[in-house]
Amino acid sequence: MNLSLSSETFVNNQHQNSAQISLRHVSKVFPGRKGFLNNITGQATSDYVALEDINLDIEHNTFVCIIGPSGCGKSTLLNIIGGLSSASSGSVTMNGQAIEQPGPDRGMVFQNYALMPWMTVEGNIRFAVETVYPKLSAIERKRVVKEHIQLVGLTGAESKRPHEISGGMKQRVGIARALAINPQILLMDEPFGALDALTRGFLQDEIERIWEQERKTAIMITHSIEEALLLSDRIIMMTKGPAAKIDEILDVPFPRPRDRIQVEKHPAYLGLKQEMEDHLYRETRAVEEARLGN
Amino acid sequence: MTVVEKRSIQGKEKPKFVLNENLQALVLFLVSLVIFLLFWELGAKFKLFAKGFPTASLTIQELWYWVTHPFYNNGPNDLGIGWNLLVSLRRVAIGYTIASLIAVPLGILIGIYPVAAKAFNPYFQLLKPVSPLAWLPLGLYLFRDSEVTGIFIIAIASIWPTLINTAFGVAGVSQEYLDVAKTLGASRLRTIFKVIIPAALPNIISGLRISMGISWLVIVAAEMLLGTGLGYFIWNEWNNLYIPNIIVAIFIIGVVGIVLDQIFAYLEKLVSFGKKA
Repeated sequence: MNLSLSSETFVNNQHQNSAQISLRHVSKVFPGRKGFLNNITGQATSDYVALEDINLDIEHNTFVCIIGPSGCGKSTLLNIIGGLSSASSGSVTMNGQAIEQPGPDRGMVFQNYALMPWMTVEGNIRFAVETVYPKLSAIERKRVVKEHIQLVGLTGAESKRPHEISGGMKQRVGIARALAINPQILLMDEPFGALDALTRGFLQDEIERIWEQERKTAIMITHSIEEALLLSDRIIMMTKGPAAKIDEILDVPFPRPRDRIQVEKHPAYLGLKQEMEDHLYRETRAVEEARLGN
Repeated sequence: MTVVEKRSIQGKEKPKFVLNENLQALVLFLVSLVIFLLFWELGAKFKLFAKGFPTASLTIQELWYWVTHPFYNNGPNDLGIGWNLLVSLRRVAIGYTIASLIAVPLGILIGIYPVAAKAFNPYFQLLKPVSPLAWLPLGLYLFRDSEVTGIFIIAIASIWPTLINTAFGVAGVSQEYLDVAKTLGASRLRTIFKVIIPAALPNIISGLRISMGISWLVIVAAEMLLGTGLGYFIWNEWNNLYIPNIIVAIFIIGVVGIVLDQIFAYLEKLVSFGKKA
């Protein structure tokens, strides 16, 4: 079997400095409602520990998927790396520098696309380029926008507005917008979660194609085992929340460029899939049991 | 099941007589209008209403007269209705513009800063339900001028819906858009002008639409006490005890109100981008 277990990989990496993103003992606690008034009115709630002691290294030019039962703090983890949320304790660094706020070195793709409805397809991408590179000449800016519209295969839809295009096309715009600012890292929060199965598969192939071209470090949250196996070099499996941890990190050995059918024929495919299914089943059952217990 | 069957039977038997909904509504409207006018005409002829109540035909004749002779001038108490309409529209335009120029920027500031929203909310809550006409004596005392008072009343009446809607729209801008701006590292000012204001625009426009409706409601009432304009026209005809002209004025006020409202309905559509306005 080609499985290599996370804890060993992690210990090996800990002393190297090759990691682009590095999380050390990261916890996230959402403070509950406290205070005299809330106690009297019975509205007081206790603190919620979303993440506990997360240690993670992500190397340059790797594609990493995060998978775990719903409500396990995957999005929280991604938002911490993206700088939209801050860790309660521990350190989060990128190239050795602490991450304190969002920035254009990290491109974000959102689950619900987050396109500005009053801007055209081109306008949405141009807004990002203009914001990050205000000094770019108009010609250069046009070229960057056009290039990325081509990259995601949206030529011809430039002047359409988001409500006029399909969900799959919207997410292409979202991906183009994130890539157009030339970030070091691409962060994707369930980018295909709102799409139907066919469109989803189609866009996965597109992501694979684009990734082979750009080879940027990418972190993607997903619920889909097949998606994770098709796209990623490493798969981070998280335990259920509260106090979610990293349970295990799988290395995915399939050669690149990848192709859906070849990947499924690889001798390690079924083993990895089984492992992930077991994990997700176990954690999801634990979530259900915890709910019943309450 | 029965509904489906009925439909298919109807469809097969007499497809030529099936009107679409809009056409049905038009026919119903015309029929009801004819019945209403007949009832009015006969009722007035047989003195079913108050003594001297004008007939429908007389009123329509008067309407035709006023519409075809809008701009004549025989002194302040005998002005064409076009002049009075222009006076009213000018007052509304000035007062409404002043109110909007205050309400939109202030609403944006209040929407952006939740503390400001909480701090100033008591003013809005207290002043919003006050009838605009209650400000009339205060306005006359402050400005000693009926023209300025009219504008003041319009401004004070139409400021609240725009202000409250703008603040609400700005405060409710989807977190996703703000996250996009944040991850791109957009400056505060750029976020406000490129993201927050466009995102809140549908709310701002509906606020402006409500304010315009209120302005038009209030001006007629205010003008009864002020001296010129459509409101004064009605008041003057009441003093002349000539009822047909009052009904004509009501009709014209309604038509102008529809036009003003439709302008804003069009603007709302323009900024809705797929969402239902």
